[in-house]
Amino acid sequence: MADPTPTDGGGLLRFFRGAPGGHLGLLALLAALLLLFSALVPGFLSQGTLNSFMYQLPLLGLLSLAMVVPLLTGGLNLAIIATTNQCALLMVWIMRSLIAPDASGAAVLGVIALALVAGLLLCLVIGLLTGVLVAYTGVHPILVTLGTKSLIDGISIYLTRGMALSGVPDALSSTLNASILGVPLIFLLLVVAAVLLGIILKHTPFGIACAMIGSNIEATRYSAIDTRRVLVGVYTLSSVTCFLAALVVLGTFNSASADYAQSYLLVTILAAVLGGVDPFGGFGTVSGLMIALAILQVISSGLNQFGLSNYLTVAIWGGTLIGVVVAQTAWAAFGPRWRRK
Amino acid sequence: MPEAASSAMARWRRRPELWLLLVILIVGTIFSALAPGFLTLPNVIDLLDTYSVQAIIAMGLFVVLVSGGIDISFAATASVAQYCAALLAARVGLPAPVVILAGLAVGAALGCLNAALIHYLRITSIIATISMMSISFSLLMYFSGGRSIYDLPDWWTSRVTFYRTELASGDIVRITLPIVVMAAVALLTWAIMTRASIGRQLYAMGGNPEAARRIGARIGVLTFFAYGYLGVLAALGGMVQAHRVGESVPNAMVNTELAILSAAVLGGASLTGGIGTVPGVLLGIVLLAILQNGLNLLGVSSYFFQIVIGITILVSTSITVISSRRGRRHRILEEAPAHG
Repeated sequence: MADPTPTDGGGLLRFFRGAPGGHLGLLALLAALLLLFSALVPGFLSQGTLNSFMYQLPLLGLLSLAMVVPLLTGGLNLAIIATTNQCALLMVWIMRSLIAPDASGAAVLGVIALALVAGLLLCLVIGLLTGVLVAYTGVHPILVTLGTKSLIDGISIYLTRGMALSGVPDALSSTLNASILGVPLIFLLLVVAAVLLGIILKHTPFGIACAMIGSNIEATRYSAIDTRRVLVGVYTLSSVTCFLAALVVLGTFNSASADYAQSYLLVTILAAVLGGVDPFGGFGTVSGLMIALAILQVISSGLNQFGLSNYLTVAIWGGTLIGVVVAQTAWAAFGPRWRRK
Repeated sequence: MPEAASSAMARWRRRPELWLLLVILIVGTIFSALAPGFLTLPNVIDLLDTYSVQAIIAMGLFVVLVSGGIDISFAATASVAQYCAALLAARVGLPAPVVILAGLAVGAALGCLNAALIHYLRITSIIATISMMSISFSLLMYFSGGRSIYDLPDWWTSRVTFYRTELASGDIVRITLPIVVMAAVALLTWAIMTRASIGRQLYAMGGNPEAARRIGARIGVLTFFAYGYLGVLAALGGMVQAHRVGESVPNAMVNTELAILSAAVLGGASLTGGIGTVPGVLLGIVLLAILQNGLNLLGVSSYFFQIVIGITILVSTSITVISSRRGRRHRILEEAPAHG
């Protein structure tokens, strides 16, 4: 349904084709928005806008990447934000309780490394457990991850009493907020993660298996693919992406809490679908997602500089998604006829 | 007939409701042994009153789930309808029936908008309703500026008691409006889903939309009915919520989506459609209610409650799916799937 160009040889061709090819419409929308805002908002195309763009995008971007992997298999991971927050909390807790005020530089670095490893391990464990539950019980992923979300959030809130934990050491926070050649490190993190995930999903047997599971899990199983193992991998990959998001949380907020970024949960699904990911699974590309994220962020920055409320931004995001899906449906229904003439 | 009896037993054993009832009885027994105040009439009535709003909305969500769809936007719908009705009542000063009808109409309109997006534009239900949720809730926050309405008229906020009695212990038990509305809604939903042809068609559509279409069910009408019904019940739930707390707060209902969805799913409604019963959904809510209330009475931190919900969802959905899978292997054609 949400497959934007079902006419050009079906999804398989699109799946193997080069990245930006299928996203002409989205790129056009992005260009139109940029033109519109630069015409309406004086000083929109400035270094400042670009900077805020690069600082605001990574968190939503990484979370959306974490959502896209399960979406591609026809599942959903509602626990991504809970996982991110718990991972960030664990890392902050380790760092603030183990670093003595008069610790030497090497000791601080050691503790930071320990915290990072612990955070990564936590995400791995959460991902593995979620994956095993999804793959081996056969319960719908929405339900499993609804349960794990509730459980993880519950544990985080129980242990912190809903308070934010601060105490990220300067060494880590200044690293996370550093920029290379004017590009913030967290933005580079997003780019690297996106490229890596794009390669994994498009050019490895694992990625192909993900898309096949999303199209038809039974057929995939009969093609001698261990679908259960792939599913465990999918949720683990999604959770590990949350670890990167947790790093961004530490860099951006300089603290961790159980209720940071909770409003992003449904926005990540919105971004993925806007980027052409089929919510039933099987089709979708990381490049499409990235263009969609850029569109959402341009709308948000533009409206912000226009002086409009944040609430209106979210409403327009929702409207954009419906508009794009309508355009895709209309294109699928009427497009071929125009093209054939 | 021992054979018939054993097959009835086998059928019952696969019903999630039975497992749920068993769990509720076990949990209830444990709590009533540990917390003396748990199994008293005032406490039970209090629970009913507290969970009435969730139950009302869950009934509507159940209908959508049976039809094979999902709706995330009901909390936003409830907030918008509640706020619109509150504006009409407090600022314009319209009489009660007009306000209530207007509120329900807002809910129905938002529900039908969902249905239109899903049926005519072929947007997947979860995507359509997520978008609608962000649009309607954000517009509500934008236009209301997040301001609450405290000066609701008396007819809305004054407590309506249908039955009142004083126990020997001196506690007063009141059957209040929310409980009556909840019971009426549950009864109505049960009647529609089991005794009316539209309900049976909804089950058919949830099981297999193409098959339902070929036997003559009008999928469009059914979609509009399911989402419209949820919209109306969400609006009703929203207005009952304002009645209970005596004010209209634009973001009071936000983030209840997943809790209500959990309750419906705990009660055996399947996300793939076609399965579920009204008693099951009610039992799901009862389970969540007694877990929360019992843990409160035991003095367990309320922060702990979310952990319990998470574990309950994981365990109960796994058991349900695994037990029904085992059942399916043994079931041959002679038995029709049971929707009660």
